[in-house]
Parts: sequence; structure tokens; C-alpha cells
Amino acid sequence: MVAALNAALRASLDRDSKVLLMGEDIAILGGVFRVTDGLVKDYGEQRVVDTPLAESTIIGAAVGLAMRGYRPVCEIQFDGFVFPAFDQIVTQVAKLRVRTDGQVAMPIVIRLPFGGGIGAVEHHSESPEAYFVHTPGLRVMAPATPADAFVMLQQAIASDDPVIFLEPKRRYWDRGEVDLAVDIAHATPMGRARVTRSGSDVTIACYGPMLRTCLEAADVAAGEGRSLEVIDLRSLSPIDFPTLVASVERTSRLVVVHEAQGMASVGAEIAAVVAERCFWSMEAPVIRVAGFHTPYPPNRLEQHYLPDVERILDAVDRSLAY
Amino acid sequence: MMAAEVDDYRDMLRIRLIEEELLKCVQDGRVIGSAHLCIGQEAIPVGACRALKSDDPVVATYRGHGWALAKGVPPVQFIGEVMGRDSTLNGGRGGSAYLSSPDHAFMGENSIVGGGLPMTLGLAMAHQRRATGLIPAVSIGDGAMNQGNVHESLNMGSVLGIPFIVIVENNGYAEMTPSTDLTATPAAVRAAAYAIEAIEVDGNSASAVAEATRRARELAISTQRPVMVEAHTRRLGGHYSGDAQAYRPKGELEEWGRLDPLTRARSLLDPTVAEATYQQVVAEVADAFARAAQLPAPLEEEAMKHVYAN
Ligand SMILES: Cc1ncc(C[n+]2csc(CCOP(=O)(O)OP(=O)(O)O)c2C)c(N)n1
Repeated sequence: MVAALNAALRASLDRDSKVLLMGEDIAILGGVFRVTDGLVKDYGEQRVVDTPLAESTIIGAAVGLAMRGYRPVCEIQFDGFVFPAFDQIVTQVAKLRVRTDGQVAMPIVIRLPFGGGIGAVEHHSESPEAYFVHTPGLRVMAPATPADAFVMLQQAIASDDPVIFLEPKRRYWDRGEVDLAVDIAHATPMGRARVTRSGSDVTIACYGPMLRTCLEAADVAAGEGRSLEVIDLRSLSPIDFPTLVASVERTSRLVVVHEAQGMASVGAEIAAVVAERCFWSMEAPVIRVAGFHTPYPPNRLEQHYLPDVERILDAVDRSLAY
Repeated sequence: MMAAEVDDYRDMLRIRLIEEELLKCVQDGRVIGSAHLCIGQEAIPVGACRALKSDDPVVATYRGHGWALAKGVPPVQFIGEVMGRDSTLNGGRGGSAYLSSPDHAFMGENSIVGGGLPMTLGLAMAHQRRATGLIPAVSIGDGAMNQGNVHESLNMGSVLGIPFIVIVENNGYAEMTPSTDLTATPAAVRAAAYAIEAIEVDGNSASAVAEATRRARELAISTQRPVMVEAHTRRLGGHYSGDAQAYRPKGELEEWGRLDPLTRARSLLDPTVAEATYQQVVAEVADAFARAAQLPAPLEEEAMKHVYAN
């Protein structure tokens, strides 16, 4: 997936001279996860900028660049380091278009490696998506596969809206086929979910790092004679409710899976909206499988915290028991 | 020379009269909410904008009415915007504290103290990359010198070699607290810590501010770094329109009032010229308020507009 993201950045830098990358240790080092490896060599220091350690001003400077037609792509090294920049994201990036009555666009991408599972400490394992999904004016995307990472990052950079781009860090080393010739204008559009695996008994909605786990759960369930439909949401703001609703109307059951804490989460929003729209077709309440209501735990406990196949299948059982 | 002095007086007076009337508007409901006025500080935006190129982008704070007008934003639209009407600036979405006019290189006010610094750095990065020769400027209060964003931006601008001007309007107070109680070292002293140049100036003289800004602009270009101008001034009104100012020591306003930049600007003029200018601006401002009041209110169905590109 790292190579797919790197290729997406190259394609975007080639396509539009206004694209420029900023972040801590992204140029000479190539980023702590090597996503920007080699780019400064090919595109120069004016387009691949190593900045001081100052997240708020990395994002804030992107605002000024965007005001003058640039398309900055900012890397925040780890999920937990986005909080110093939260001010600029929420008070400026998300609001400038509205505040200026549409005169100023904010085509900024904020790349955020997110989620746990790599044995790292708290601020390196968090899933902060709900804060951003809650904020009008931002788009929030999370690819789950190398192929989607390649397409979705390019779409995010081409978008005239600011995008929080969540990269599932424990899937960085996943391998998968990527069609480098794909035309992003004709690929699955931004904001659209995908039914990754069709099924008829229970719909599972997930995104980012959880897709692989949910597909594994679906394999196990199939062995037990249960057919799970797995939807990769891909976009968390907006959420593709038409795709979700169509699926739930067929299966009558929905389980939402994410690493982020369940309280006031993406899963909570989905449960509310699906309950409103699918009330008469549902056989069971929406069930959420999520992180627990605690700061991200230390590494010896993280496998307990992260949703796994067993917890997903328990939720499926509970849903089917109604 | 006389012409420049008349211009300074006229431009400062326009800001003063508009703000005095806006204060009445807040009180009688023509403006909903509050306003942060720059009464006593008008010489800074007027002087600085004399030295800046008209396309040099300017970023200001909630106390930015003077900057908008000094950048040439038309008074009728400006007043209408503050009144929350459907002005050509921001359709009432900007209001007193957030208005902008990119067409006049006025990139906007900001209600987050210190929030305008990073975007000014970004504007400067853009202009440097495009070699436009333009130098962005940002106004902040002395209280903002304690915000992380300000330090981050001055440091980043210095190490990345990005030229812009930060104008610190030291008006004696941050909200209701004297600046000296909040800030360990003066702004200009801190500049040395970022290895950038700083110029201190009497902020109640438009010509002195213009001269300082001209030098700052040259220094920004020659050093290819941020440059700080600390303009010493006095806030002659409340922090905001509803501020009763009970915290002020007795007699302070009278003493500070003697430094009023407008009185000073007028004293430099021939009395007949001064009076004629005064009458002309009074009439112009009255007309602008009358016309601004005719602008329509924003439509309810437009409340959801512009959240996303499409
Ligand atoms: C981040 C933030 N914190 C607090 C406030 C509330 N506030 C508004 S103005 C102000 C004082 C700022 O003082 P200074 O920077 O000296 O500017 P002045 O108002 O004197 O022009 C404060 C604390 C704010 N607007 N933003």
C-alpha cells in the first residue's frame, strides 16, 4: 500500500504543477513510513517541503497556499499528532469556503496514518475520524486496499474540498494488485461505498484497517453456513447511505465495525440513520463492534481492544438471534 | 507633502466615523451581535497600506475594520457586511469579525487569536514560488504574541526563508488585562529569537507607520525572512462594543486620548482644509450607511450554501 500511495503522489505531482507536499521528515527521509520516498529527488524542494515540527502551522500554511491556487498535501506523521493542528483544521480549513461566501476554495489533503495494531504507543495508534466527520466542510476518506489507496488519494488531491485522508497504517505493508493505468475520473467516485463481498444474511459495514478483518470473519461465517455482505464504506464524510440502505433492505440486519471508540462514533451515526431509513425492513437493531471507551491501550492489551474476527462473529450471532 | 497628510487624515477619519456609527448600530440593533473596534489605532492600517503594494495580501484580526477599509474595500459593501446583509463581500457570512475581500487582497479577519499567522506564511510561500514580488502582511495584537501559532509561523518562516510582514499592534490591553501582565518580553525583543528583523514604531502616526512598513518590506525582500513591526498604540475604546471598561484606571482614557492619532493628523493640516475634509467624509459616511441599509438580508435557503464545492 505504501508503494501505491507513493505512486498516487507521483501521478498527482505530474498531473498538476500546483500540487505540493509538506510535512515533517517527508523530503530527505521520505517520511517515517516511506510514503514520500524519493519524491524530493524527482520534484525538488519547492514541491516536497521538509517543515519544522509544527503541525498547526503546516496546516495553516497550507491554507494560505490554497488561497493562492496551490493544492497542498500535508503529511501528519501519526494520528495523535493531528491534535495540535485541530485548531487550524476546524477553525480555518473547514470554514473558509463558507465564510468567504464561496470565494476561497481549500483544496488541501491532510494525510493521516491512523489506527492501531502495530504495537505502538497511544498517540501512534488512534482513530480520530469522528472529530472530523462531525465537522461540516471536511471530507473524510479511508482506503482499505492498495488499489483504492492509489485511486482515492489522487481523487482527494484533485478535489476542491479539504480532505482528511486516513491511511490504515497496519495495512501499509499489505500487498495487492494496483492498476496504474486506471483513469481516476472513471474509477469508483469519491464518496461512494463498495460492496466488497455480497451476501444475504447480515450486512457488515466497515472501513480502513477493518475491511481485511471483516472479510476474514465472512470467510469463517461462510464455513458455518452464514452469508455476510461486507461493505467497505471508503468515505466517512459523506457516508454513502444509499448503498448501505439498499443492502440492509435486503439483509434486514446490520453490524458496523471500526477501531475507533463507539461513543458518538461513525458507527453511532450509521446506526441512527439506518434505523430512521430502514425501520420497517429490519429484523434486529444495528449492532456496533468498536474500540472500548478508553484511551488507546498499551501494546500488550491492544489485541483485546481491537475488534477481531471473534467479536465480529459474536455480533453477527447477536443480530441473527433476534 | 500636504496631499499625503490630507489623505492620511481623510482615510483615518473615514474609519473612525464608520466605526462610531457601527457602535450605534450595535446598540440600536442595526448590527446584530458585537463588534471589536480599532478606535485609536487607525494610523496603523492607514500608514501600513500606504507602504504596501495594493496587491500585497493582508490578513487581519477581528479588530480588522480599519485594515479592510485601508485596503480599499468599498464602505457601502463593508458596512452592509458588518450589518449581516447580502453584501458583495461575503453575503453576510463574514460579518464584523470574519469579513474578507480577496478582490482587494484583503484575505480576511480572524477570530482565533493568532490564527492568521500560518495562512500568511502560506500566502508568502505561494507568492515566493510564483515570484510575484508581493509581500503578505498580517496584523495581530500584542496578546497574540503568546499563541503557539505565532511562534510556529515566525520560526518556520525564518528557517524556510519566507518573506512576510507581521505587524504587532501593541494597544496596551489584551481583552481586559494590561498587556504587561501577560507577556514576559516585548514582541520586538522576541524577534531576535527567530533571527528576524524587528522595527518599533509610534503607531499613532500614519507617516511613521508607513515609513516603518516600507523599511520592513525592503528588509523582508533583502533577508527573505519574516520581519516584525511593533507599533505602539492605545485602544481608545472597549475591547468590544459591550465592554464597560471598569478595569481601566481612573483618568487613563483622558490621558490616552491626548495621543489620539486623529487629533494629531488633523493638527498637521491647514484648518480650512481640515474642516472641508471633515465635512466631506461626514457626508460620504452618512450616504454609505443609508445605502448599506438598503442591501437585502441573506436568504434563509442559502444557509447551507458553500459548505462544499458542489
Ligand atoms: C484562540 C482564542 N483565544 C481566546 C480568544 C478570546 N479573545 C478575543 S480577543 C482576545 C485578546 C487578544 O488581545 P490582543 O492580541 O492584544 O489583541 P487586541 O484585542 O488587543 O487587538 C481574546 C483573549 C480568541 N478570540 N481566540
